[in-house]
Amino acid sequence: MQTVTRDMLVSRAKALLADGTVDRVLGWKAGEFTYDVTPGVFTDADAMEKEFVYGDFCGANFSKYLLTEARKTEKKVLVFLKPCDTYSFNQLLTEHRFDREKVYAIGIPCDGMLDIHKIRTLSAEGVTGIDTDGESVTVHTLYDGDKTVARADALAERCVNCKSKKHVAYDELLGEDGEIIDSARFDEVAAIEKMTPDERFAFWQDALSRCIRCNACRDVCPACTCEKCVFDNPNSGVENKSPANSFEEQMFHIIRAFHVAGRCTDCGECSRVCPQHIPLHLLNRKFIKDIDEFYGEYQAGEKVGSRAPLVDFMTGDLEPSEAVKRGETNA
Amino acid sequence: MQRIGVFVCWCGTNIAGTVDVKRVADALRNEPGVVFSAEYQYMCSQAGQDMIKNAIREHNLTGFVVCSCSPRMHEATFRKTAEAAGLNPYMVEIANIREQCSWVHKDMEIGTEKAIVLGRTAIAKVNLNAPLTPGESPVTKRALVIGGGIAGIQTALDIADAGFPVDIVETKPTIGGKMAQIDKTFPTLDCAACILTPKMVDAAQNDKIRILSYSEVTDVRGFVGNFSVTIKRKARYVNEEICTGCGLCTEKCPQKKVPNEFNLGMDTRRAIYIPFAQAIPKVATIDADYCTMLKTGKCGVCAKVCTAGAIDYTQKDLIMEEKYGAIVAATGFNPISMEPFDEFAYSQSKDVITSLELERLMNAAGPTSGQFVRPSDGKHPHKIVFVQCVGSRCAGASKGKEYCSKICCMYTAKHAMLIRDKYPDTEVYVFYIDVRTPGKNFDEFYRRAVEEYGVHYIKGMVGKVTPTGDTLRVQASDLLANKQILIDADLVVLAAAIEPDKSARPLATMLTASMDTNDFFTEAHPKLRPVESPTAGVFLSGACQGPKDIPETVSQASAAAAKVIGLLVKDKLVCNACVASSDEAMCNGCSTCERVCPYGAITYADKEFRMPDRTTRIRRVAQVNQAVCQGCGACTVACPSGAMDLRGFSNKQIMAEVDAVCK
Amino acid sequence: MQVTEYKPKIVAFCCNWCSYAGADLAGNNRLNYPDNIKIIRVPCSCRVNPMFILRAFQRGADGVILCGCHPGDCHYTSGNYYTRRRMALLFSMLSYLGIEKERTRVEWVSAAEGAKFAATMNEFSAQVAALGENKRLEDLRCKP
Repeated sequence: MQTVTRDMLVSRAKALLADGTVDRVLGWKAGEFTYDVTPGVFTDADAMEKEFVYGDFCGANFSKYLLTEARKTEKKVLVFLKPCDTYSFNQLLTEHRFDREKVYAIGIPCDGMLDIHKIRTLSAEGVTGIDTDGESVTVHTLYDGDKTVARADALAERCVNCKSKKHVAYDELLGEDGEIIDSARFDEVAAIEKMTPDERFAFWQDALSRCIRCNACRDVCPACTCEKCVFDNPNSGVENKSPANSFEEQMFHIIRAFHVAGRCTDCGECSRVCPQHIPLHLLNRKFIKDIDEFYGEYQAGEKVGSRAPLVDFMTGDLEPSEAVKRGETNA
Repeated sequence: MQRIGVFVCWCGTNIAGTVDVKRVADALRNEPGVVFSAEYQYMCSQAGQDMIKNAIREHNLTGFVVCSCSPRMHEATFRKTAEAAGLNPYMVEIANIREQCSWVHKDMEIGTEKAIVLGRTAIAKVNLNAPLTPGESPVTKRALVIGGGIAGIQTALDIADAGFPVDIVETKPTIGGKMAQIDKTFPTLDCAACILTPKMVDAAQNDKIRILSYSEVTDVRGFVGNFSVTIKRKARYVNEEICTGCGLCTEKCPQKKVPNEFNLGMDTRRAIYIPFAQAIPKVATIDADYCTMLKTGKCGVCAKVCTAGAIDYTQKDLIMEEKYGAIVAATGFNPISMEPFDEFAYSQSKDVITSLELERLMNAAGPTSGQFVRPSDGKHPHKIVFVQCVGSRCAGASKGKEYCSKICCMYTAKHAMLIRDKYPDTEVYVFYIDVRTPGKNFDEFYRRAVEEYGVHYIKGMVGKVTPTGDTLRVQASDLLANKQILIDADLVVLAAAIEPDKSARPLATMLTASMDTNDFFTEAHPKLRPVESPTAGVFLSGACQGPKDIPETVSQASAAAAKVIGLLVKDKLVCNACVASSDEAMCNGCSTCERVCPYGAITYADKEFRMPDRTTRIRRVAQVNQAVCQGCGACTVACPSGAMDLRGFSNKQIMAEVDAVCK
Repeated sequence: MQVTEYKPKIVAFCCNWCSYAGADLAGNNRLNYPDNIKIIRVPCSCRVNPMFILRAFQRGADGVILCGCHPGDCHYTSGNYYTRRRMALLFSMLSYLGIEKERTRVEWVSAAEGAKFAATMNEFSAQVAALGENKRLEDLRCKP
């Protein structure tokens, strides 16, 4: 259950459409099932009434959609932003990726989104419907009837380790703003760091070899907004479109993580959309953790215009050899 | 497809001794793109170069590889060879098979194999080379000097001497800077005004120099050779053209209570004032913060007494925009505030003064007309304590500066000596951490203070100064004698650390010139390019680059002028051909590259693009100014989309080299 | 009996102004270092894209070393500072992925440090040789 309801969002959106502030609304449309909610653009109140949904599976981060939608609007585009989305929103503004004047941002509180993959693992396959009520989630299944799981267990990883309930950008706020949270999001990274090199290699070999190079992680990533991706560019020298062998997968994911290093806000969309359930956020978080430890804490998107750690330096920065040692041994 | 020639040099036995040059030439003949391969004893000789030229013509070469000594040695030579034969000079690559092969290895087999790989790598690169033409940009033959102290004046005079027009922008009503406030100079003890004011007059009379006093730079755009600078001329409410500088207004103005900044607030001046007798330009300025007329509309005394009719209460700030080819920063320094150092009782006693205040106290034109007396009671001081390094060399401390302010040791020796010379009945104590006197005749000068003038130098720091009745109780330690000392002094002089002028930081931002953590301008190279900023066309003069005494400042000022002249004599600047360039179709306009560029070479423009669906879209894209880019490549790696690439060292070229090496 | 010694394949990126000149100086002084190290000249260490390093591994390099001017001495004033951050993060990431950290290195070598260049190369080559062939990052299709 989310604190803000669908009706609150719809009525606010309709009002803004009616008074001419905005002429399009970025929101969620129902998919075939409860859990495969899809992002959609609404231009009139009727469509909103019919198709707009909101609930525990509305995890999509809309900030990236503003790149194209802000260009299309004559007035402004209305976007609903969860706290974590606002960081991406700011980061994109820092990179001049859309015109702030063209956007009307409503910050909405978030009570954490559910992960259908977790629910399936906890209950059963053949999920036909999901009802959430307070702390429990009732799952209707095709073969095993109804099953109940605790909401806390069904939360997406990024919500379990939520870093902030505080909005860092908005034009108006629905409901109460929260606080930045001292999350345990680096624990998993630290656990991998403690493994031996062979274990680490095995862990990542297992994870990355599942990659089918569908590019979903790249396409959803609000930091991956290049006009043309290096992997699609025959002149980049790394162009390739399929995982021809084990190395290509690593190459793709290392380069992708490096390209977003210092810019990734840790929104977790990459892991959410990965059809192979590769924990991609663990790559990005490794960079974030290293950056925090080597150069001082830095949260991408916290402020518009902040200087990313990779385009900055101090004369007394850590040497790479030291960095590698620290990255391996720290707990 | 390229038609590549390969020329393997023996370099006598230097290469041929450990590399089988014939085998290398034969092996490389079969590489992709190679149509000709030969070896010769000395490729760099006239005969060798002719061989290359002939081959270019005979085999229609589009590029060539020379397997020879280091490119640092003969790359330029072979580029000229290419040019002489009608080939673009950037179609040449060197395989370094001498310094990095034949001289490193002793075994013929190993040397030959490695030479072949190095040759192959160079061929792989040449296959992807493209002709490059360095850009050109015109030069505006006029210089701007920001700051009118001795540094700025000297730079301007030297530039003007070479025949180029130069503007001096000074924020104060007069040029002269800190040196005008100084009484005597070390190590010669000649009077500062006597050597400075003639220079000020020279500057004023030079028809190539325009002095824009009471003005400041508010915006800088453009790049080397083509700067466009906005200058604000602050209203001084006096018509500069008409004012004769007679000074009558400054005597009649009824507002007498204005702290006189020239004498560091130790006396007062009027609301309309000329900072000092030899001011340039010698015109009055109304201090709007104190002028009754400007504040209340009632008074007008100065206008009434001015026979020239120069007073103009309606004057407004004037904004002007000028073009310059070169900019010199000469923003100078200031002593730091003594506020955080209250252990020395600076705020508690008038008789605790800074060294610059002492300069004014000792100066014949100063607040006491040169009578050396205590500010508190006008009595002649008999016991004087100098405290060195106040705020200097404070490593790790929360207050003060980490660096040595450099000038304090010498001026303190000067002060001590002057006082002992004029008033032999005074006792002078100097507390120091170290006495640093590197400089021509400097140590001799200091020795004289100690040996001839009997100044008491005590190694140790003053811990506390307490005003006690009529005197100042100075608690200090003598580190050599290892004991605590108490001195009841009449006057305490603090050698305050110096720091860059506050205007330097915003100026550096405007100039995209880099600064260190102390806000001193950074030089392009600490040893080899000490008077240039890393930003092309921006030069550094005087203490804005680091603490300096007058002789050093003047030498740097002249050096900066020489660099400016070297730039301004050129009609056109030939740019580096191997510069970054952005593929606008791929550029995201994200500003990442701009942030890493040490030269400010990247700007952004909104450009209209035709999209595949036939719509047009306005996109922000990066543009590299070829005149400014130095070709480091930092932007190429920062760019996430790979839109930014470096000519001559492109992604594809380097990848091809990597592939060839790993083959 | 002589067994052919295993020679790791090593790519060394050297900045034009300091390290490449340092390598030249090593040659001038006839200082020996392994022939399996091949130098690629770049204007500044900050020109080295992580993609180049990965590409080298992909194509079968066993070690990659990047040499630049000492921090503070960069010909372009700040290039090597960026390099230092980029490589600190990249190498840390490679190690996180289980790639032996001994295969990568950044070393600051000035134009005057010919001896340091040679010593560094000898040492790095031995270090990589001890690890054996790079099997984790290479692209098998690129093997002859």
